[in-house]
Parts: sequence; structure tokens; C-alpha cells
Amino acid sequence: MNVLVCVKRVPETGGRVTLTADARDIDTRYLGFTVSPHEECAAEEAVRLIEANGGSSTVLTLGPEAASDQLRAAMAIGIDRAILLETDGQDWDPVATAAAIVAAIQAEAAAGVSYDLLLFGNEAADSGDFQVGIRVALALGLPCISGVKSLEINDGVATARREAGGGWDVFEVPLPAVVAVREGINLPRYPSVPGRLRAKKKEIERIVPTAPAAGLTGPAKIRLRLPAETEGRVEVLGTGAEAAPAVVDVLVRIGILSA
Amino acid sequence: MILVLVEQDGGQPSRSSLEAVTAARRLAVAAGVPLEAVLFGAGASGAAAALGAYGVSSAHVVEHARLDAYAPAAWGRSVAELVKAGSPSIVVAVGSDRGQEVLAYAAAMLDAPMAANCVEVRPGELFEVVRQRWGGSLLEEARLDGPVRLLTIAEHATQLEEAAAPSVVAVAPFTPTLSDADLRVRVVARVAPEAGKVSLADARVVVGGGRGVGGSEAFGELEELAALLHGAVGVSRVVTSAGWRPHSQQVGQTGTRIAPDIYIACGISGAIQHIVGCKAAKAILVINTDREAPIMSRAAYAVIGDLHTVVPAISAEIRRRQAS
Amino acid sequence: MSGLPDRARVVVIGAGIVGNSMAYHLARLGWREIVLIDKGALPNPGGSTGHASNFIFTTDHSKEMTAFTLDSVRQYKELGVFTQSGGIEVARTPERMEEFKRRLASAHSWGIDAELIDPARIKELVPYIEASILLGGFYTPGVGVVDSLRAGTLMREAATAMGALTISAQTEVTGIDVADGHVTAVRTDKGTIETGTVVIACGIWSPRIARMAGATIPLTPAVHQMISVGPVPAFADTVGEITFPIVRDMDTNMYERQHGGDLEVGSYAHRPILMSPDEIPSIAESAQSPSELPFTDDDFDLQMEQALELVPEILRDERVGVRYAINGLLSLTPDGMPILGETTEVHGLWSVAAVWIKEAPGIAKAVAEWMTHGTPEIDPHSSDIARFYDHHRVAAHIDARSAEGFNKTYGIVHPMEQWASNRDVRLSPANIRQRELGAVFFEAAGWERPFWYGSNEHLLAEYGERVMPRAAEWESRWWSPIVNAEHLAMRDRVGMVDLAAFAIFDVLGPGAMDYLQGLVVNQVDVKNGRVIYTPLLNTAGGIVADLTIIRLGRDHFRVVTGGGLGMRDKKWFTDHLPPDGAVQVHDLTSSLYTVGVWGPRARDLVQSVTSTDLSNAAFPFGTAQTVEIGGVRTLMSRISYVGELGWEIYAPMEQGLRLWDTLWAAGQPFGVVPVGIGVYATTGRLEKGYRAHGNELELDFNLVEAGMTRPTVKDAEFVGKAAYLAQRATPPAAILCTLTVDDPTSSTGIRRYMLGREPITTPDGTFLVDARGRRSYVTSAGSAPSIGKHVLMAYLPPEYAVEGTKLAVEFFGERYPVTVAVVGSTPIFDPENARIRA
Repeated sequence: MNVLVCVKRVPETGGRVTLTADARDIDTRYLGFTVSPHEECAAEEAVRLIEANGGSSTVLTLGPEAASDQLRAAMAIGIDRAILLETDGQDWDPVATAAAIVAAIQAEAAAGVSYDLLLFGNEAADSGDFQVGIRVALALGLPCISGVKSLEINDGVATARREAGGGWDVFEVPLPAVVAVREGINLPRYPSVPGRLRAKKKEIERIVPTAPAAGLTGPAKIRLRLPAETEGRVEVLGTGAEAAPAVVDVLVRIGILSA
Repeated sequence: MILVLVEQDGGQPSRSSLEAVTAARRLAVAAGVPLEAVLFGAGASGAAAALGAYGVSSAHVVEHARLDAYAPAAWGRSVAELVKAGSPSIVVAVGSDRGQEVLAYAAAMLDAPMAANCVEVRPGELFEVVRQRWGGSLLEEARLDGPVRLLTIAEHATQLEEAAAPSVVAVAPFTPTLSDADLRVRVVARVAPEAGKVSLADARVVVGGGRGVGGSEAFGELEELAALLHGAVGVSRVVTSAGWRPHSQQVGQTGTRIAPDIYIACGISGAIQHIVGCKAAKAILVINTDREAPIMSRAAYAVIGDLHTVVPAISAEIRRRQAS
Repeated sequence: MSGLPDRARVVVIGAGIVGNSMAYHLARLGWREIVLIDKGALPNPGGSTGHASNFIFTTDHSKEMTAFTLDSVRQYKELGVFTQSGGIEVARTPERMEEFKRRLASAHSWGIDAELIDPARIKELVPYIEASILLGGFYTPGVGVVDSLRAGTLMREAATAMGALTISAQTEVTGIDVADGHVTAVRTDKGTIETGTVVIACGIWSPRIARMAGATIPLTPAVHQMISVGPVPAFADTVGEITFPIVRDMDTNMYERQHGGDLEVGSYAHRPILMSPDEIPSIAESAQSPSELPFTDDDFDLQMEQALELVPEILRDERVGVRYAINGLLSLTPDGMPILGETTEVHGLWSVAAVWIKEAPGIAKAVAEWMTHGTPEIDPHSSDIARFYDHHRVAAHIDARSAEGFNKTYGIVHPMEQWASNRDVRLSPANIRQRELGAVFFEAAGWERPFWYGSNEHLLAEYGERVMPRAAEWESRWWSPIVNAEHLAMRDRVGMVDLAAFAIFDVLGPGAMDYLQGLVVNQVDVKNGRVIYTPLLNTAGGIVADLTIIRLGRDHFRVVTGGGLGMRDKKWFTDHLPPDGAVQVHDLTSSLYTVGVWGPRARDLVQSVTSTDLSNAAFPFGTAQTVEIGGVRTLMSRISYVGELGWEIYAPMEQGLRLWDTLWAAGQPFGVVPVGIGVYATTGRLEKGYRAHGNELELDFNLVEAGMTRPTVKDAEFVGKAAYLAQRATPPAAILCTLTVDDPTSSTGIRRYMLGREPITTPDGTFLVDARGRRSYVTSAGSAPSIGKHVLMAYLPPEYAVEGTKLAVEFFGERYPVTVAVVGSTPIFDPENARIRA
């Protein structure tokens, strides 16, 4: 089978997020970049599916030249091929992003490459738009399952589960299909040293996507801001053994223990 | 008109949907337009009737012979058709799994923009929203253009508020035109999570031990608590370096990264490398003698004290309650 | 609940391994009201300690660094945080194998148990290594890893238990108050602490903190890349942090070491990535910690390939993943040494910076001793912050040298190796002439000093085999037989030596004589115009410096000392100034040029351009006079460091070129040769048995051992007198001797010439250890062309310090027979000093 996984380059935040002077972006002077976490799992899922079923995997991203680092990171864990839809680094809204991906997939199809499965992250860590996979699916006339935390492919049918009210909703669709996965579907592997070295030597196919048409749809970013600080978040439940009942109350409240 | 998607179960609107209704009503009142709702599934009519308290004037209950289970594209198509039929200026849903998904479909079908997880909406000549990014750690002020704007309202961002004057809800059935394609994706089964062996990566509860545990023999207390909570034991790098526990139990940058509902960190100061491994936990409960330990800044709950007295006391309390 | 006191005896800023060690050692030495602050949280506040790989290799060619490291290991062991794993430095090249022989010699000199092992033995010790690409290894069984964060916690606890320490974490320094050149308070975001003493132990942030007080700590943060891969199947069943020896892959500038279930691979091979201290992110801004920056994997590519070659079994395993990768920040200095001691700008402000895990507790102990009673047990002179001149304190110098030094971290560094970057910083006024003469310049304290002159190449034919040509590449590196030819020509005729690098300061004022009398060992109450050579001691009788003083008037003395140590000596002088202002020290280093004229024809040469009577009766040895030479008013001082008749001639810097030209032209009839520092600092000095600071003269040797006592001790009190008198009353544990190499021929028939720091043994290879546990090693080595021998200086236990005793020196894995030629300070050349006094 052929799997395409779409990923996004995002800053690797850990400490407090700070903004650039114009408040349009996160200050990334001290930050590294990574594949957005849901998509990191999507890439891992793609590698596992190909390991189990044979075939080929391709990773695609839309972003600046630097995003080739993330393509290589995906190739380092076993993705075979990479496509960069190279931009000048400006934000593309979800509509434009989906359109560029659709165009790329159609171009692939025209060149004889078709995909059985398109994997997305449920939402990008940075923009949180929750829609690119669905827009791509509709444009290509494919079914789409979102929020997936378990995926099996058998005889051309994808069976996917997503969490719902303490249990699971189960979906089944025939391939080709779009699946947007969530962190937790798997534990992504760390790249091995040979994997990294192989990835370094691989070619990245570059395509310059058609810039989004004028007359934006949005959401169009005006500025970013930090939410108000919530001070003193720690709730001290007590001191020593006397705190035990309060601890158990918390465990009940968050649903670990029944009342 | 403003249209709001209301999720319901057994005739009860979901609480978070009511947050969306509250937010939508404020927009409707400000604009002087009616607020209409769309609902799906068994019990929808009953749930619709309850929306009067929140200022909904009419409700569309979607009915279709082939719509027996949740089918996101079909729900999205229904919303899109209602938009075409009623020309709302704004469509609102809660930022739940289904809310995001259904509105995304509707937006794609309508060729309209959608803004996810809004916490504030400022209609006007330039339609602006404030929405969550980075899982809520950052807010974006953004502009939204188009004949209809689709918004999801971030969960828990709006205080529930009933309307000043409750309205009587005119409930009407709505039957969309659904294609096979709209019905390809639907819930074919619902299953409960399977019980089984708890792995560190999957555990809902992780009981963590650090240098404060003091030695390999002292981990029994932590294991006992973990067993009572059907959880797993994880340890910091110091513990594996000291040879107290195997490397397979290490939580952190070079160990396992965990995402439990609660991480009970016992005698762990909170080295950066460890925090990286446990920061995905929904809540951290710290048991530590040191009130100033770095991990406190990550904690939701804390018990100040020696883990060797606190942990057995918690286990005893759980057993006492289970026995009673 | 910060509990920050409003006053303290001392504030230690920085709670990494250095600050914790400082707090502990100050407490141990009796300090109380110590406040330790850090802007980060404990136990890992986010500096370099938090991401260090924490391993300790003990052998360094530097005696000082080795001593700090060995003492640190001792302390870590006492704290119970040291895990001995052994360590192997491996060689991929024949050059490295040669270096290991030299390394073994250093290990022997400093008393470290180590051995050279073959690839099979490496494989036995480290089964996962690819031994086929290796030629051998340098194995140190005593190498190990420490838990530096735990060590810090234990030291804080110990200091707290002594009732000496208040700790305030998450407390950021916002300013340091200074009044009248003395620190008075530390301002923080949690309040101000009044204090007279501040210790900056802030690693990569140190320059920023020092600047708050108007002081400089010339270091730069730089990136050291490290990755951690795992889980390693081979480590699955091991218990604890480390089981296998740490491997340093010297030829690739990398290390590989087990850390629990992982293998850490670190590199010093990538391009130098420097950062300004002002660019370090705050704790809040950092994704991990301020000193753990995002990994830049392009920089690591080559290293990854090289690591694959060495540990393929682990790294080729597709199941083993790169779990952690950082660009860790550490501190680099322009000369690679730590930065210790009280800053020269602000009294009471101490720097303990650019200190790595392996040496931190040892250094902290030494600095605490220094702060407490001024007499550290281990001599920190190479690390003294006072070594820096102003030109060292600029970013252009710090960055250039730090970058150049970074890739030498595991390098094979020749003891005479010169820096390539930021040269031509300080130029002699005669530099232009020296260039014309084909001078090969070596740098000292920023000065470009001719080491030898290409124009003297013709002398090689004149002297033939007497120039003791060197066949071995190592000893001929940074050397030329012209040095020895210049030496012989000077002894035969006359030479001119450029000494612009001298540090010179005048001591003036009504209290000058008493002040100097109280500071130096020898009598300074002499007639005007007398030149005094004298050592200086600390209160424990350790040798701090040696220099010359010229009495120019009742209240006017001129101090002349070596350029390399000048700023340090100056601080010693200014620190001891009386508070009443009766004495001032004026630095004339940049005002006065010095040229030396020495040799049998020196008098004839200078006499030809002056009307002043230079006869021995009119201008005896050990005196100075103002003399007009070719229209330049100079001060001539009749002394010699090369054992010849002649003078040091001082003139205004701007007239230096004229003076040089005058002497040069006048010298032509007398066969004058330009003579480089190779003669001045080594061959000429060694033939005369003159001691040099940093070689023979260090805190851990005394004047009795160095053979520098005079028959009587002056009545006046002076620093270190009591200790000195006690030393004189006790038989020395070792005696400085001059040895000659009997036969320098190696087993392969090549003449080999030692360069210094090699161990002295009995003929059968037993190391010599004195009653104080010090091993005998070569303090200085060089040619003595006048006697046709290679000579060595070494402190020997008294039973061996007997003329004629046959011993041996270890050099590149072979032993060469040597003979004790002189015990004490008698020169092996011209023992009566007839030439000097001619």
C-alpha cells in the first residue's frame, strides 16, 4: 500500500512561550523545531503500516526550506520519500493549506502515484485549526475519520477507533481514505543513528505551491497574545498522613476511583 | 439568524453545548437576530425543548432514514443545508471532537472559513475572534471573512448562563439530502475500553518514585498504591542510575514519556529531563518534603510530607473506602 | 518564605557544582553567614552542571589541572558520589599513539596509575567497540563518573549542618554595589544583601554578573554537542549508571560512555559555536534549560559517522534510537584555563568560573583557602584571573581564542604550540626591524616576541653540529637549530634581545622602601642605582614570584618582571599597598621599551655609542645608571638572565626603534646578532641554572628546595618570613638539581630531546617520590649548546641530589640515562660567573 503522511513544522516549546516584538509569532530564538506531536504519531503509524503491509510511505509538508528538517526526521524513522511544498515561511490558513496539499496529491496522481491512505494529525500543535484533513478529503472525494487513536487496515478496509465518553467509537471505511490521528495512537520511535544518516542522504522533492488566491477566508491572524497567568495553581492537600483522605477525594473527583 | 449545533444524549443537551449556546445567544442578542439550534439523534426533540431557557427560538431536529448513528460528513451536510436554507450569519458549535469535526465538514462544503476554539467573538465590520492556539497556552486574535462564519467555542471557556427571558422553542424536523459519500463514515460500533495489563505508556495512573524513595527495597509502597489504582510505577533517572529499578521503568527524556490522567510524583524533585517525560500528564500530584521542589510548579495537587508515611496512608484510605 | 538575610559575610552566586563546592569549603574553613543564591531551582538550577556528562579523566599535561582533578576525585569519593568505571582514550593514528606515550609520562610525573593497552585489551574491556580501527589505548583504571547534582546537594547540606549556610534558590541577582573599589552589596529580586565578599560561580553567566560590578571575566559560552541513544540491548542487564569504561575517541574529538541503559556520545569536533552571555535564554524562555539549547544536527553529521565506526554494534542497531540530543553550553576561555581569584577591578569580588565538573571541588577548596588565608595548597597561578591584560578582556580576543581552542579539547598540543588567531596584538617598536630580519614570532601576553631570526641561518654553517640539530619531528616542532646558533654567537660575540614584553611598574612614595622591604625576601634598603633580584613569598612560604627591583631614588623603585606574569605580580603588589596612600604603584609596561645587549663584546658595542664610562669599575654588575645612547636617554641595568656581560636598556617606548637602530648599527663591527627568546628563556637560562616562575618556582616549592637561599635573612619583617625561617631550619624534602642527558639516542637510533614535565626515575625505572609525596619530574629542559649537552632541571629527593648520581628520564616510552650535574643553583656553564662580572 501507499501511505502519504502530512506533517507540520512547529517550534518545540517547553518553557514559557514568549512572543516576537510584533506579537505575530512565537519567539523561536531559543527553540528548536519538531514535527507537530499528532503528526509525529501519524508518521510512526505510517511506518508501522508499511512494515506490516509492505508498500511505500511518503511524507509531505508545507512550509519553509527549514521544514526539510522535519521531513528528514520522518524519513529517519523509516518514511521512504519526502515532498516539500516550499513557502516563504508566511502563515497559510487552513483553506489554502488544504488546497496546496490537494493540488500536490493530484499532481502525484497525474504522474501515476496514488495513495491508499492519507494520514494527518488531528490538529496542528501551533494553529489548532482542526480542519485541514477534512478539507483535503472532501476535495478529493475521500472519506475522512478524525481523532483516531487506533487504526487497523485489513483487506482494503480501515477500522479506526476514537475515544468517546469513556469508550470507543468504531469507524470503518474502505480505502482510499483520510485518517487524522491523535497522540497516543502509538509511541513514536526515536530515530536510530543509521536512520538519521540515511535520511540525511535522501533527496527531498520540492514543489512551489500556488499561492493562496486573494480574498482570504481565514482565520487570518492579527496578533498573538499570552493568556493571563494563573498564579498559585498548586492545591496543597495537606501535610503528612492526614492528607490521605483528601488525596483519595481527588482520585475520585477525576474519575480514577469510584465514589 | 445564528445557528448553533447542540450535542445531546438521551434528551439532555451536553453541558459544553450549552456553553456554546450561551455564547451564541450573546451574539444573537447583540445583533438582534434569532438563535436557532440544530440537533441530531434519538431524544433530540426533548433536548431541543430544553433550550428555551438559553434563548433558542427554534430548533431543527435532523431526521433521515439512513442516519442511525453518528456520521460526521452527514451531520456536516445537514448543517450546510440548513445554512443554505436559513442563511445564518454565524454558525456555532462547541469545540468538542464532534463539534470541531462537524463544523469543519460544513465549512468545507460551504467553502466558508472556520475558526476553532474561540474564547471571544467580536462581530462588527471586521469580524474578529480570539481563539486558542497551542492547546490554550496562547491566544490568537484573528479576522474571519465570508458570507457565513463558522466558529467552535472552546470548552470550559464560557460560563453557562440562561437567557433573561426564556423562549418557547419551535421544534421542526429537517431532512437533509444525503449522498452515499456523506454516509461512508459512521460509527459502526461502540465498545468499552478493554481491561488488561497496565503499561507505563498507557497507564491512566502512574506512581513515580525518585531519589526520595531512598533505596530499591522501599519501592514496595509505591507498587502497592499503583496496584490499588490499576496503575504503573515509573521512576526518575537517578533511581535507575543508582540501580534501584530497571531502566524500563524510567520516565523522562531518555526513558518513557507518559500521559496518564494523574501522575503521583513521590520524592521527585523534578529534574528537567524528568519533567519532559511526564508533562503530558493531565494532572500531577506531588508528594514531597520540600515545598520548594521544582516539580511543584508543574503540580495541580501537593502533599507536603515524607512519602514513606503519606503513600501507605493513601493506600490504607483506599482500602478502607473499598471495604466500606 | 525566601528567608533571604539582609547581610552576609559572603554571597556565593550560582548553585552549580562550583558554587556548592565553594559554600562547602568556605564553611569548612570557618566562614559563617554564607548565602548561596541561584536564579534557578535546586538541585538543578539550569547551568552547565545540569547537563554535564559528569565523567572524570585525570591525566592532563598541566600539573595544576591534574592536581585540581585528583583532589576533586578524592572529594567526590568522600561524598560517595563517585563511580569508578575506568576510562580508555583510544588512538586511531600513529601520532596519537605517540601522544599516549607522552601522556603516560605526564601520568607518571603526576602520580597517576595508567597504562598503554593494545586493541585486544580494549575490546576485552569494552566489548561493543570496533577495535580493528584502533591502534591502542591509554587506560586509566581510576577514571569514573560522578553525580554532580547529588554532590552539590550533599555539600549544601554539610554547610547548612555547620550552621554556616543560608540557601536562596530562584533568586536572581539584579545588581552588585561597589563603593571605593570594594564590593558592598548584592541586589536580588528578593531583596538586597549587604556583604563585603562575593563569589561569582555562575559559569556561562559569569561575565554578565561580573559586569554588574564593573569587573570582567573573559569567558564565552560555547556549545558542546551531545546525544544519548538507547535502549542499548548490551546494557539491558547492567545495574547502575555505568559498568563499562568510558571511551574517549581522541582523534575524532569525541567520547562514548554508558549512562544506564543509554550510550552518550559527545563531541568537541564540530565547528566552534560561541554565544554571547547576553544571548543565553532565561529559565522561563528555555524549552529545556538555559544551558541546553536545541540540537543543530547538521553540525553533528560527521561525528555521527565517526561514532558509527567506533561503536557500530550499538549505533548500527535500528532498535537503538537517539533519545536526547542537545547543544549544551559550557564555558570556554581564551587560554583554556579556568578563571579564578579576586577580580583585579573590584576588591572582594571573586571569580570561580570556567570550571568543569572534573576539577570543581578541588578548585573550590583552593579558592576557599585563597580567600581565607591567601595560601592555597595547590598553586592556581595558571588559572589566576589576574593573568589577563586589558587586551585579553575584549570580545575579539575571547571569541577568537576560545574558538581556536575548542577543537584542541582532545588535541595533541605541543607545549610550545602558538595560537593562530588574533595575533599582532602588541608589537615592539622594533617589530618592523625584526620582521626584516626574518624573526619567527612567538606570543607572550599578547606581545609578538622573536623566538629566533631567519637572518641567522648562516650561523648554522659556522657552528655545525654544535647547534645540536634535532632529527625527531616532535622536538623540532616550534623550534629551530638557529636558536642554538644564536646562543653560541652571543657567547662568542654579542647579541641583541628584544624584551619589550617586560612588565614594568614603579613603586613611589615616602613609604616605598618600607613597603617593599615588607613584601620581598631580599634586602631593598640599598644604595640608589642598585639592582636587586628577589623572590616573593606568600605567608606559607610558597614562592609567589621572582623579579628584579632597581632602586632609582630614596622613594623610587622600579620593578621589572616577565610579561606573562606581569599583571599577576602587579596585583600582588597593589593588594599589599598600605591603606594610607604613602606608596603608589605606576604601571609603565606600555611606556618603557627594553632591549638586552649581552655577550663578550657588549661593552664595546654600547661604549661605541655613548660617552658614559661603561668600564667594570664605573658600571659594575648589579647596578643601573642613566645613560644617553645615540640621543636617547636610557636607563641601563647591568644584569643578565643569559650569563653574559651586558645590560637591559630601558627607553621610552616611542624611542625604542631609534634605540634598536642605534645599537644595531653600532653592533655591526662587533658581529652583533639578533637573539631570540629561545636563547633568553631557555638555553641561556638553563646553562646558568636560573629558575623560572611556573617551572621551578611555584607555591609548592620553597626557596630552600630551590637553592635560592642567601647566607643570611634580613632583619626586616616580610611576607612569609616566619615560614621561610622554618623552611631554612628544616632539611629540604627535595633539592633542585641540573641534570645532563648522557645519551639521547633512542632505541631506533634517533637523538631525542626532552621538552619538560617528563618523570625522572632511577636507571631501572623506579619513580622518585620525596618525603612530601611529590614525584620528581623535569621542570625545565633545553639545549646547553656551550657544553654540548641537553640539560634538565628537576627537584630530586636528597638521597638522589648528589652530583654524579645516575638516573633516567622517561620520554615517549623510553628511558634515557641522565646524570646529576649540579645540586643547587651553581651554573653548569661559567660557574664562577666570570663572564657576567667581566
